[in-house]
Amino acid sequence: MTTETATIELKKKEIITPDIKIQGLKKAFGSNVVLNDFNFVLNKGENVAVLGRSGSGKSVLIKCIIGLLEPDSGTIEVLGKNVPELNEAELDRLRVKIGFLFQSNALYDSMTVRENLEFPLRRHWMDVEQKEVNNMVMEALNNVGLGYTVDMMPIELSGGMRKRVALARTLILNPDIILYDEPTTGLDPITGREIDELMVSIAEKYNTSCLIISHDMKCIRLTSERIVVLVDGKCYAQGTYEDLQRSNDKRVKQFFE
Amino acid sequence: MNDAGGLSSFAGRFFTQFYKPRYEFREFIRQCFVIGYQSLPLIGLTGFIMGLVLTIQLRPSLIDYGVESQLPSMISVAVFRELGPVIIALIFAGKIGSSIGAELGSMKVTEQIDAMEVSGTNPFKYLVVTRVMATTFMLPVLVMLADAIALYGSFLGVNIRGFTSFSLFYYQVTDILSFGDVLPAFVKTFFFGFTVGIIGCYKGYYSSKGTEGVGRSANTAVVLSSVMVFVIDLIAVQITDILSLN
Repeated sequence: MTTETATIELKKKEIITPDIKIQGLKKAFGSNVVLNDFNFVLNKGENVAVLGRSGSGKSVLIKCIIGLLEPDSGTIEVLGKNVPELNEAELDRLRVKIGFLFQSNALYDSMTVRENLEFPLRRHWMDVEQKEVNNMVMEALNNVGLGYTVDMMPIELSGGMRKRVALARTLILNPDIILYDEPTTGLDPITGREIDELMVSIAEKYNTSCLIISHDMKCIRLTSERIVVLVDGKCYAQGTYEDLQRSNDKRVKQFFE
Repeated sequence: MNDAGGLSSFAGRFFTQFYKPRYEFREFIRQCFVIGYQSLPLIGLTGFIMGLVLTIQLRPSLIDYGVESQLPSMISVAVFRELGPVIIALIFAGKIGSSIGAELGSMKVTEQIDAMEVSGTNPFKYLVVTRVMATTFMLPVLVMLADAIALYGSFLGVNIRGFTSFSLFYYQVTDILSFGDVLPAFVKTFFFGFTVGIIGCYKGYYSSKGTEGVGRSANTAVVLSSVMVFVIDLIAVQITDILSLN
């Protein structure tokens, strides 16, 4: 087999095995059915946005993907592994390959920026020398343009800076997939655009697949190649921004008005 | 009743997680420092005042019965058997129970606990097991120190009116105290410490409803753990009595 053929085979395999594949996902809280027979695929290197109204189940979806919530039924394959069937140790190993940017940033208040970034590193790569850890921390911070905040406390940072530090923390373990939960919510439009541009540059630089949960249309337009519209717990429509913008369906149209 | 069920299951989870690796030694030591060492000034002051006030209050009654000379002995028995463990445990519940409840509650509502979990760290082991172990092991140490400081306060109280040499005071204190006075009181402080830790963690870990919920977690952690200190004390006294340890 030539190198070229091998590369083609590898690419085919990558296309066949998506980073995330969800089939028949159902999740209800009591009588409130949030996700109902939800199907979805995120291919390797793809940036996909999930669009939906507040309370439509977008955050529940990514929490099911990362294993923070257990689905009632359905399969969630992440990097080839069915998340609901994994035990604690297997789930921890899988989570190392997934970055998660929380809506609230979720920086540890009691730790400095350096300690926040060191925390996941120290948990998983215990044998790494301190010098190397420092280099990795600085590299991740410099990638989000905040190298100078390394010894500051999260409380001393602005909302946009906290978001960037949280993003640096998700990058420190070099994840294959990044899940963004409302990345621009609560930010002013200028800072929001800066975060959008950062997300695009990070996806290119780290070669990650991204799943973005948002209802910020500007963010979605800039960062996503494909949009999935979540309505009544189902994948109601999907396509590029332009495709959906042209749609005549009322429930899709309302997001673009 | 909801709390009873939830707490039992939470305590059960603590014991199952306690034995499993990975052991969070660094965080445990850090919590011992925060919970133990940083509580020393408050506990020391409480112990000192407890000994001093108790001595001043008891003196007139003992004078009436003509047994003023027995003041050091009575104070030492009261402090070691009952007052030291219970008062220090209540102060500990107020300081540490509320702080753990508020800290974990705030971490919960700001998704920091979820962030820990998605970074591949078991937040129960890292946050709960370490804190409960630290409260369990630090409270007995704090009570011992507070008891010693209370005796020093008592020594000053005895000498406010009259004179008793330190060697005589020390002799009277050690002469009256027996194994049965010190050991049961020491053992129950482990249970007090465990209770304060597990209730604080439980209330914080399951905090909800935003910042209002954090305040409520801290508040209910203090109230519930203070009540439980008395309940455990009652049970401990009954057991000690049945076993004729006093």
